Amino acid sequence: MSTLVHEFRATYAFMERNANLVKRYWSWELVWMVYSIANSLSVSFIGMGMEKISGVSAVDGRFLVLYLVIGTLVWRYLSSIFYWITDVIGMERWEGTIEYTLMAPIRRVTHMAGQTLWAVLYSMFFTAIILVVTVWMFDIDISNANLWGGTVMLLAGSLSFIGVGVMGSVLPLLFPERGSQMTHVIIAVLLLVSGVYYPVEVLPAFLQKLAVASPATYVLTGTRLALLDGTPTRELWPHIWPTLLMGLVAIPLGLWIFGLAERYAKRTGKLHRNG
Amino acid sequence: MNAMLTNTIIDQTSTQAMELFKKEAVMSDAIIVNQAYKKFGKPANPLWERLAQVRNHKDSSNGHKPPEAHKPTVAVDSVSFRVKQGEIFGVLGPNGSGKSTLIRLIATLLLPDSGSIEVFGFDVVRQAMQVQRLINRVSVEASFFKKLSPMENLLYGARLYGLEGKQTRRQVVEILTRLGLEKRSIYSPMEEMSRGMQQKVAIARALLSRPRLLLLDEPTTGLDPRSKHEVQAVVRELNEQHGTTILLTTHDMVEADELCHRIAIVDSGKIVALDTPAALKTLISRNGHEPTLEDVFLELTGKKLVKEEDEG
Repeated sequence: MSTLVHEFRATYAFMERNANLVKRYWSWELVWMVYSIANSLSVSFIGMGMEKISGVSAVDGRFLVLYLVIGTLVWRYLSSIFYWITDVIGMERWEGTIEYTLMAPIRRVTHMAGQTLWAVLYSMFFTAIILVVTVWMFDIDISNANLWGGTVMLLAGSLSFIGVGVMGSVLPLLFPERGSQMTHVIIAVLLLVSGVYYPVEVLPAFLQKLAVASPATYVLTGTRLALLDGTPTRELWPHIWPTLLMGLVAIPLGLWIFGLAERYAKRTGKLHRNG
Repeated sequence: MNAMLTNTIIDQTSTQAMELFKKEAVMSDAIIVNQAYKKFGKPANPLWERLAQVRNHKDSSNGHKPPEAHKPTVAVDSVSFRVKQGEIFGVLGPNGSGKSTLIRLIATLLLPDSGSIEVFGFDVVRQAMQVQRLINRVSVEASFFKKLSPMENLLYGARLYGLEGKQTRRQVVEILTRLGLEKRSIYSPMEEMSRGMQQKVAIARALLSRPRLLLLDEPTTGLDPRSKHEVQAVVRELNEQHGTTILLTTHDMVEADELCHRIAIVDSGKIVALDTPAALKTLISRNGHEPTLEDVFLELTGKKLVKEEDEG
């Protein structure tokens, strides 16, 4: 049997396992879906309420809603990818299967590819449902939006978030007890500096410097240009290439860091301990 | 005629070569552990606190030893042994004697601090992937995705070893029904199964990849007598009919006596005896009855405890 077929089957193993886990934990997935929808709607309603809060009638409530809807959806998608990937070790520590998976004759890149493919597909599905509910709720007009451009931005952003996720997945490997919780720090900082619900220009200067290094900043700006202004896809390139570049650097770097962490865990006996 | 003769000679030669190859294969080693050493733990408190402790200890030198709570533990202490292909090799030892660490080192889940371990000629550190293709492991805790069914769990495990789905599904049903699982249990969540049943699924998971070396870390611990016998029968069959080399750790002395061709008794990370069960029994003398493996085990591992207590 060729190595390629072996690696393909192993990649599929992670996708199929995750699909089975979602199926078995369907009630949890439903709860998380309702929570995510409620959360996204709550943020988006801020746009509707701005006119009343500020008392300024010049505020374009519809525009603001769409601005926030894009922020919340893009963020939901990117953070979902991040959490699925960082959970590659966390979920196995929880179940106690980590030693069996890491003992299997598969390359770590295959392992990550399986988890990543699943992460992207599931996050798309998850976000699409939130999108449908949000569009229905706010009666959003997207007739002028460049949907294709928005999708390209999201896909480019996926690449960089995969890299960040692979790096983040090292934490549960190194810290069996609290590693999974530590990954929240990464996502919290990215949320703060990337302009998810506000333009990065409102941030203090030192945080704006951090925003330059966040792939989400480019994804959000590009997606907003595509969906709010209908900017053509080719004009989104200044926002696409930085996130692609970050992905191209972050994925191999993440895999390398993961390799080092795995070696450290095997040297110190941290694989065995379940968090 | 000549051609027939030549063919016959070639056949004979190849048969002889095959026999020789088989003989060599039987004689050659499945595992070579050479001076393997593994220790765990480092001082949990920071350097400045440790320095302060040393200083305080010096100031109040009242004869007490410095605190040893975080002293590194030597789990495997320069252990060397060989396991032949097709052998069932037992490792016996008290809790914490380093049996599971030894298995994890062979299974590529831990890296030795020094020494080397080879599995079928492949180094477990430098050629981990090649080793992983040839081995599988059953541990004392049946580790599974609890919400998933045995079928889903085993399918996942099998695909990681490059096995095809359709064939695996058929094999899962075959193996599990043979191990005594009802068909409906195969599709129910693992969390609904008893520990014994889960352990059988763990054994099935290991069998699916057809390992040449099977590492069994207390596979029958916690099983009822019937399940224990069923598992032991599978182990014996794997070894006798498929030539699978098996490294078995157990606390069940009768099981070790019946299954293992040779046994190593380990204590505090060191091998204190290694021989066939029969030869091990000659190491100690008992008045009135023939010593059992348990007598040998207690004698070789218990004496030391008494000695340490006396010294303390």
